[in-house]
Amino acid sequence: MKTETLSGDPLREDDEGTPSWWNGRWRRQVDWCTVWFCIMGGLLVGITVLALANIATTELADPAHLLKVAASSQVIESILLTFGAGASAVLLLILFGTPLAYVLARSRPSRFKGVVESIVDIPLILPHTVAGLLVYLLFMRRGWLGAPLSEIGLAFEDALPGTIIAMLFVASPFYVNTMREGFEKVPVHLENVARTLGAGTFTAFRTVTLPLSLRHMYSGALLAWGRAIGEFAGVIMIAYYPFIISTLIYYSFTTDGIHTSRSIAFTVILASLAVFYLLRRMTRYLGRYDDRV
Amino acid sequence: MTVIEAHNIRKSYGSLEVLHDVDLSVEEGEILGLIGPSGSGKSTLLRLLDLIEPANAGELSVFGIDTVADHGTWLDLRRRMGMLFQRPIVFNSSVYDNVAMGLRYRRAPGDNIDRKVKEALEAVGLSRYIKSRAIDLSGGEQQRVALSRVLVTDPEILFLDEPTANLDPTSTATIEAIVTRLNREAGMTVLISTHDLAQGQRLADRVGVMIAGTIAQTGPSREIFREPKNQQIARFVGVQNIIPARVVSRRGDFTVVEAREKEILSATPPPAEEVEMVVRGEDISLHRRKPGYEEAENLFPATVTAIEPTAPFVNVTVHCGCDLVALVTARRAEALGLHEGMEVWVSLQAKAVHLIPRAER
Repeated sequence: MKTETLSGDPLREDDEGTPSWWNGRWRRQVDWCTVWFCIMGGLLVGITVLALANIATTELADPAHLLKVAASSQVIESILLTFGAGASAVLLLILFGTPLAYVLARSRPSRFKGVVESIVDIPLILPHTVAGLLVYLLFMRRGWLGAPLSEIGLAFEDALPGTIIAMLFVASPFYVNTMREGFEKVPVHLENVARTLGAGTFTAFRTVTLPLSLRHMYSGALLAWGRAIGEFAGVIMIAYYPFIISTLIYYSFTTDGIHTSRSIAFTVILASLAVFYLLRRMTRYLGRYDDRV
Repeated sequence: MTVIEAHNIRKSYGSLEVLHDVDLSVEEGEILGLIGPSGSGKSTLLRLLDLIEPANAGELSVFGIDTVADHGTWLDLRRRMGMLFQRPIVFNSSVYDNVAMGLRYRRAPGDNIDRKVKEALEAVGLSRYIKSRAIDLSGGEQQRVALSRVLVTDPEILFLDEPTANLDPTSTATIEAIVTRLNREAGMTVLISTHDLAQGQRLADRVGVMIAGTIAQTGPSREIFREPKNQQIARFVGVQNIIPARVVSRRGDFTVVEAREKEILSATPPPAEEVEMVVRGEDISLHRRKPGYEEAENLFPATVTAIEPTAPFVNVTVHCGCDLVALVTARRAEALGLHEGMEVWVSLQAKAVHLIPRAER
C-alpha cells in the first residue's frame, strides 16, 4: 500500500477524490476524538487570533498614526500608570494575602473557614460595576474608611490610591486562591521536620513552606496583576482620573472616535503581550518543586 | 530525674479523639518503647511530647518546666529535643545542607557547623555522600541523613517515630546500633514508637503499650509480654493462648483454675472469680512420653489436633479438655515426630500461667 501511495499517479487520485497521503499511514493513525477536540478548540483560539489579526492589519496599514499615538506622552504615562498601579496592588496582595492563604491552607475545615473562603471569593462573582461601587462607597470621602483616611490626607476619589484599592479588591481572589493551593501542596510533614530541628513557626514557614510555594506565589501574582491592569468598571467608579489604560481607551473611543482608541488598544496589546511573555518565561527559573516528599 | 511528665493528656482532631487519659513519665537516660497497633495514637503522642502540637487538655512538663503554663519556652525546649519520623524526609539540597539545618536554625557559627556536620555524617557512615543531593540517596540512606540531621543538634531527648518501618534490615540495624550507643555513651533519653514487637523488646528498657488512644500498660518488656494487664494487650503482644477459666481454690502458693474441667496451676494470685488464662505459646513444652523429672507444676497428657508451620517455628495445637497452642522450633517438632492425633505430654510452669480478670462482654 505504501509503495502504491509513493508511486501514485496524481491524476488517478483526482479521479478517486482522495489525496494519496490520505490512503496511507495518516488514515490508519487518525484518532477522530482528538481531531474533533482540536477542531473545537481551534474555533475558540481562532476567535482570538482573528480579532488580533483584524486589529493588526488595520493598524499596521497606517504605521505613522500608530506611532504617533503610541509615542504620545498621554498613552505612555497611562500604560506605565496602569502597570505600576497593578504592581502596587499585587505587592499589597503579597503582603496581606500570603498570610491569609497560609492560614486557609493549614486550618481544618469549619463553618467559620467556609465563611472566610466565600468572602475571599466575593469579588469573583460580583459584576465589576458592583465591585467598583462597593469600593467607592467604602472609600469615598464620606465612606466608612474614606472619611478617616482623608482626615490624614489619603484621598481615594479620583486619585491613584483609589485605582490601587479597586484593583486590589478585584484581583485578590486570584492571588489568595492560587497561593493557598500552593501552600496546600507543601506537606505539613516538611514543616514539622523543620520545627523538630529547632525552627519556630515563622522560620519553618520562611525556610521551608515559602520556598516550596514560590512558583504558586509567582503565578498567583501574575494572574492578579493581569486581572488588575485589565480592570475598568471597578476602577472608574472611584477613580476616573488618573486615566488608567482602560479608561483612556474608553474616553478616546467616546471623544476622538474609533481610530485613536484602536491605536491605543493595539499599543496596549503589544505592551501587555511582551510583558506577560517575559514574566511567563521567568517562571521556569523559579521555585524548587522536586523535594516534595 | 524525670524529664517528661504527662498527665491526662487529651488530643482530638475535630470530632475524632486520638488520645485520652494519657499518663506517662520518662526518666532521664532510659529508652522507652511505645508499642501499639497502627492508629493507636503513638505518633500523635510523640508530636505532643516534642511540643510540635499542643494537647487539648492535660498537664505536660518537659525538663521540669510546665509547658501548659509557659508557652513561651516551647521553642527553647524543642531545641533540646530531636525527632526522627517514619518516612525518610530530606530536603532537596546537599546532604551537608540537610544535616546543617538544625544548627543554622540555632545560628551556630560556621566552622562549628562544619565540624559537627562532618562528625555526624561520620557516625552514620555517610561521609562520602556529603556533597551529594540528599534526594538521590536510597530510602535507608535518607533516613540515616535524617538521623544525623537530628543528632548534630545534640538532643537530650530523642523521639523516634517508627524510624525503621520502611527500611531494610541492614539500615534498621545501623540505626538501632547508633541509637543504643548514644543512649549508653551520651545518656540520651530515647522514646521510640514501633509496631515491631521484637524491636520494642530489643531496644527498650521499659515498654508502654498504647491501645485505642491511651497507654494501657507500662513496665519492663518482660512484664508486658508475660503479664499483660488485659485481653487487648495480651492479643497485641502476641499471646497465643487466652482461655476463659474459673478460680476453684488455692493450693499453697498457687491458684487452681479450671478451664473446661481441666485443672491448671497458676502462680498469679486470683484477680477475680472469672478469669482468663494468658499463656505464651513458647512457655508450653511438649514431650513424647511422660518426663521422668520435670519441675513444671502442670504436667498432663494431650492430643495433637493441628500443626501449623510459621517458619522458623511451628504452632502446635494440643487438646487437653481445652485447646492450647504451643510454639516449638521446627527442629524440635521434627525431633518429636509430631503428627495430628498423636498423644503427647504437656508441661507448663505455674509461673507461665498469668491470670487476668475476664473481660465483660
